[in-house]
Amino acid sequence: MISLRNISKWYGEFQVLKDCTTHVGKGEVVVVCGPSGSGKSTLIKTVNALEPIQQGTIIVDNVNVTNKATNLAKLRSKVGMVFQHFELFPHLSIVKNLTLAQVKVLKRDEEEATKKALTLLDRVGLLAHAQKFPGQLSGGQQQRVAIARALCMDPVVMLFDEPTSALDPEMVNEVLDVMVELAYEGMTMMVVTHEMGFARKVANRILFMDEGTIIEDTTKEQFFTNPQSDRAKDFLAKIIH
Amino acid sequence: MHIAWNWGIFFQPAPFGDTTYLGWLWSGFLMTIFLSISAGVIAFIVGSFFGILRTLPNRFFSIIGTAYVEIFRNIPLIIHLFVWVYVIPEILPESMKEWLFDLEPSFFIFLMATIALGLFTGARICEQLRTAIQSLPAGQKNAGIALGLTLRQIYLYILLPNAYRRVLPPLTSEMLNMVKNSAVASTIGIVELSKQASQLLEHASTPYESFIAVTIGYIIINICVMKTMQYIEKRTRLPGSLGGK
Repeated sequence: MISLRNISKWYGEFQVLKDCTTHVGKGEVVVVCGPSGSGKSTLIKTVNALEPIQQGTIIVDNVNVTNKATNLAKLRSKVGMVFQHFELFPHLSIVKNLTLAQVKVLKRDEEEATKKALTLLDRVGLLAHAQKFPGQLSGGQQQRVAIARALCMDPVVMLFDEPTSALDPEMVNEVLDVMVELAYEGMTMMVVTHEMGFARKVANRILFMDEGTIIEDTTKEQFFTNPQSDRAKDFLAKIIH
Repeated sequence: MHIAWNWGIFFQPAPFGDTTYLGWLWSGFLMTIFLSISAGVIAFIVGSFFGILRTLPNRFFSIIGTAYVEIFRNIPLIIHLFVWVYVIPEILPESMKEWLFDLEPSFFIFLMATIALGLFTGARICEQLRTAIQSLPAGQKNAGIALGLTLRQIYLYILLPNAYRRVLPPLTSEMLNMVKNSAVASTIGIVELSKQASQLLEHASTPYESFIAVTIGYIIINICVMKTMQYIEKRTRLPGSLGGK
């Protein structure tokens, strides 16, 4: 579904991604973890070309993202993305947040889009808040709305960029629950997170990154019980209490 | 100090114009309003256009925007007024020049004053809108991109509605400034409110009464501007934001 081949990216002189290669199969859940500044967020943002790369090839759903002729807007509409800071549109009601791209990008009519939006809001347990504005919801609720907004586009894959890092601890689980459910339904997911509980529960594979390099790319069993690199052992020792 | 107040002066016939002195003030009052509204419309449209231009990821566009702002922000308004009345018409192509010179002279001056004041104020609105757009979280634009929206749609449906909300308070000050700046247009022959005060001074020798009347005139106009902007601010305030419902 997603295939990254020999990705390299520089910010000026500084190389943020060094020859990263990996893939995410259909229905697979891949968790990307690693210390801050290791390039995890940058890596996931290359998948829908939010971050351009200088070297390498990215294929998503049989479309070459790195090819200049690719219609990126069309591709992006099929790749759902959830951000650390939710990024709901503050001037639109919750339901309008969910219908905007459906109407403008997928050209659905308003009624159909609203129906879809309400179904998905119901699914994340926020139907009652449809007419509110983002500023009136808690962080956890906003992030669930953001997930619903991405799902409205019927994505073939979902990207999560530290979806719970900006949340109060109490609200982390309500968001993770939605993600776990999504994973069980067979959604292809690439998730940057430090939530190792989530990784243990639903991840098929774990990518461990440090200094722009993918150091480990293994099954979760292998990663948690027998990490190969010292860096990963050190990382796990620090975050698992 | 003893002042011999003479408020009755306003109801006496003025030396020319077939009206009273109050009639003079009234026509100046209306001129200030007309000039401010038409310059305000130009300022808003031009300022928005260049403000957006300056935030686009295209060097050429942003250089054009920067040039506009720097030219209009760094030169005093009075020079712009003179340039628009005396210089610009001369360098225009022959056909446009003819059209301009065929206009009623007072309308020609009004037109030029409107353009000069509009572009001058527009440069400042441009900067306010640019900073407002740039102060929005980068993630907002990214969220739009990730949903597959085009750059045009992102500006139209996401960035601008939020940027304009942020720009409202400084925009209010700018509009108030513009009303006051319109007095500078008297130097090129626009007979607006402040010009009428000096005329009154010349013909009726009532400095205190004239300038008190004109002061009240400006205060009335600016209170209207302020109230309008406050109304817009209140109407567009988002639920859940500070001060919102």
